[in-house]
Amino acid sequence: MNAIMPKLSRRVFVVTAAAAGGGFALGFHVPGALRTAHASAKGPEVTAWVVIEPDDTVTIRVARSEMGQGTLTGLCQLVAEELECDWSKVKAEFASTNENIKRKRVWGTMATGGSRGIRDSQTYVRQAGAAAREMLVAAAAARWKVAASECEAQKSLVMHKPSGPTLRYGELAGDAAKLEPPKSVKLKDPKDWKVAGKAVPRLDIPDKVMGRPVFAIDTRLPNMAYAAVKHCPVFGGKAGSVDEAAIKDMKGVLKVVHLGNAVAVVADSYWRAKQAVEKLPVTWAETEKNAKVSSASIREFLKSGLGAENIPLARNDGDAKAELAKAAKIIEAEYEAPFQNHAPMEPQNCTASVTADRVDIWVPTQNSEASAAAAASASGIPLDKIEVHKTMLGGGFGRRGAFQEPVREAVLIAKAAGRPVQLIWSREEDMQHGRYRPVSMSRQRAALAADGLPVAWTFRLSGHSIMASVRPDSIKNGVDLHFLAGLYDGTYAVPNFELSYAMRNTHVPVGFWRAVNSNQNAFYRECFVDELAHAAGQDPYQYRRKMLQHEKGRRDLAVLDAAAKKAEWEKPPAAGVHRGIAVYASYGSYAAGVVEIAMDGGEVKLRRVVIALDSGHVASPDGVVAQIEGSVVWALSATLFGEITIRDGRVEQSNFHDYPMLRLDRMPVVEAVLVPSGGFWGGAGEPAVPPVAPALVNAVFAATGRRIRSLPLTRHGLVKA
Amino acid sequence: MAQLNVNGRVVDVDVEPDTPLLWALRDNLGLTGTKYGCGIAQCGACTVHIDGAAMRSCAVTVKDAAGKKVTTIEGLAPDGRLHKVQQAWIEAQVPQCGYCQTGMIMAVAALLESKPKPSDADIDAAITNICRCGTYARVRKAIHRAAQA
Repeated sequence: MNAIMPKLSRRVFVVTAAAAGGGFALGFHVPGALRTAHASAKGPEVTAWVVIEPDDTVTIRVARSEMGQGTLTGLCQLVAEELECDWSKVKAEFASTNENIKRKRVWGTMATGGSRGIRDSQTYVRQAGAAAREMLVAAAAARWKVAASECEAQKSLVMHKPSGPTLRYGELAGDAAKLEPPKSVKLKDPKDWKVAGKAVPRLDIPDKVMGRPVFAIDTRLPNMAYAAVKHCPVFGGKAGSVDEAAIKDMKGVLKVVHLGNAVAVVADSYWRAKQAVEKLPVTWAETEKNAKVSSASIREFLKSGLGAENIPLARNDGDAKAELAKAAKIIEAEYEAPFQNHAPMEPQNCTASVTADRVDIWVPTQNSEASAAAAASASGIPLDKIEVHKTMLGGGFGRRGAFQEPVREAVLIAKAAGRPVQLIWSREEDMQHGRYRPVSMSRQRAALAADGLPVAWTFRLSGHSIMASVRPDSIKNGVDLHFLAGLYDGTYAVPNFELSYAMRNTHVPVGFWRAVNSNQNAFYRECFVDELAHAAGQDPYQYRRKMLQHEKGRRDLAVLDAAAKKAEWEKPPAAGVHRGIAVYASYGSYAAGVVEIAMDGGEVKLRRVVIALDSGHVASPDGVVAQIEGSVVWALSATLFGEITIRDGRVEQSNFHDYPMLRLDRMPVVEAVLVPSGGFWGGAGEPAVPPVAPALVNAVFAATGRRIRSLPLTRHGLVKA
Repeated sequence: MAQLNVNGRVVDVDVEPDTPLLWALRDNLGLTGTKYGCGIAQCGACTVHIDGAAMRSCAVTVKDAAGKKVTTIEGLAPDGRLHKVQQAWIEAQVPQCGYCQTGMIMAVAALLESKPKPSDADIDAAITNICRCGTYARVRKAIHRAAQA
């Protein structure tokens, strides 16, 4: 069995070993699944990605983050495949962020988002594995004084084919590490894969089922204190006066730290810190304008964008407006989707140790280089003196990449406290100070030709742009294509099509929420297509098929067919069962879904969800199936219940009682159909999300005749929270 | 100061009696396998056994836990072995991020003690833990697998 080890410096090893044992060491060990810090790779580094110990243990370095999506195992499979090593001897460790900075980014980007973990690094990690294999072969050939072409690597052994002797990788690694890496290597054809592309047990699971301290929130350092924080409830406000005297006598309280928009209390335990910060009187300085904002005022603001003139067009095929003007009948609908919070199970947290010339942080991060930059900025200590101790993430979903507030806060608090501090945001802080999926609205108008298919279609969106604050340079000529994800690339063949987006930015901070803008865009487009099919009197599956009969729609068509086939769409559903269908391409992949529901006393009961996914290649098939299962739950929670609302400028929801999640009792059967067509690398963590909401809402129409044009379904009495 | 019996050991913890057991376990005893998720007994990430029953340790005070047998994930499988639920979890490849899974496993272990062969309805009623990654399909499969073990 394999194990995962965080990359640890010697100094850190001491404290982590103490943490692993706990206050009263129970320290059990399960043979074969040891996670012991002292076993972190010390052997020769054949390439930056591959370390091989004398006992043949292969440590594969992983630069991307593991937040449950299985990237760590998938990347190791790809390296091991080219390395020709014995998979049972593979361990993984996170590459050091500090070394990556010092070694000119030898491991490339450490960011993990946009379903890019595998697809954007597969080329160079496979090359790294292949290079290491060639170096091991060259080292063996040199030792035998034979031509490398006569030698072959397999299962962690190099063999001299003509004469038969073998050398173990562990015996060759030292010599191999001294060689120059080959300038170019030939990668295997995926059809020859033996480890990659196969279902292997995930490397991180044994530690996780045993409750080992693999998360940042489990970090325990000598002399460590704890901090709790509260932020100005109204976004954009600041902390004014603070009455520290009110809590100074509370047991264990050590310090109050001002953070600008927030105030933190440091204590000797988290519980004491949390109680104190809740009791601490703070006068918040809020802007009057922001404090008046409500969900209703935001809705009016967005609505103004639906009819706004002079909005730049993101796409303008033919002349949709002119065609609509002469159409006898127009189908028109307005849809809207609310803010959503990530609510990962591990709340935002960061542990920081700050000395005069060095900062160490332990943080669940989707971008450890961004974490390092945040720590450098907050501490004033240069980047090359910062180490980010990467841990497993208790969920990420886009919350922990571009936004590093917990790092900034923890570093400032630890610096002020003069000792290591673990900062934990309470669930309430996590819920009310998120980076929410943007609120948005859309208005679509279409006219149908004699064959029932749309001859003209205008599509206007209005809502809050993520890129306007995160990457304003990506907005060209006033068009934010990111907001229009999945809509501007012409999936459906429509001769006259006009797409535009009226930016309406609110005071609520927005961010990348798993599947991001494709969530609501899929809901808008695929439910509207259902309306068009209904108006044309056609089956919604066959209707989509007709609109996909062109080269650009080829892969969408294939996944649509695969989902319909698995769901037996051509057969009528059983009595009392109602179905909806949708297709959407996102993150370089193609996905289609069929959702089956029944109605029970006016309430939607989920029965079955079929998702077909074409991600091109698949590094880790069981991992992709797990991502589809998880994507379905993610989408169902949002579609059934998910809604962040604003009142008096602040978030109304505070915890899971008023921001509910799908639980096991409502879980439908999920059937994942993998139809990788090869030739490209698409994402897997997000593309299954977008089709779920529209397929479900279309099933609700099939069941009730009601068109639901705003989410979640709890708003319409179709689901009880 | 309060006295607790955790994983078969009696220990003193220096906390106020109304401190949630969760924080005594994590911050005073270093038993970090028990997780903080919500603090209001909604999510179940902090589930432990108290006298054999699955309880959400964020909603149990140290005072109320005193004199009772507390078992955490670290004490679920003594003698360096895996509990059958943990084994089933590995076989069914249940966890994704894993943060909620220790609480989930503790809840399931308690369920199987009281109902060795639970029906799907039993599972629905007993396992109310939140998993944001959405591992529920595999959780159900693994519970049935563990029940066969």
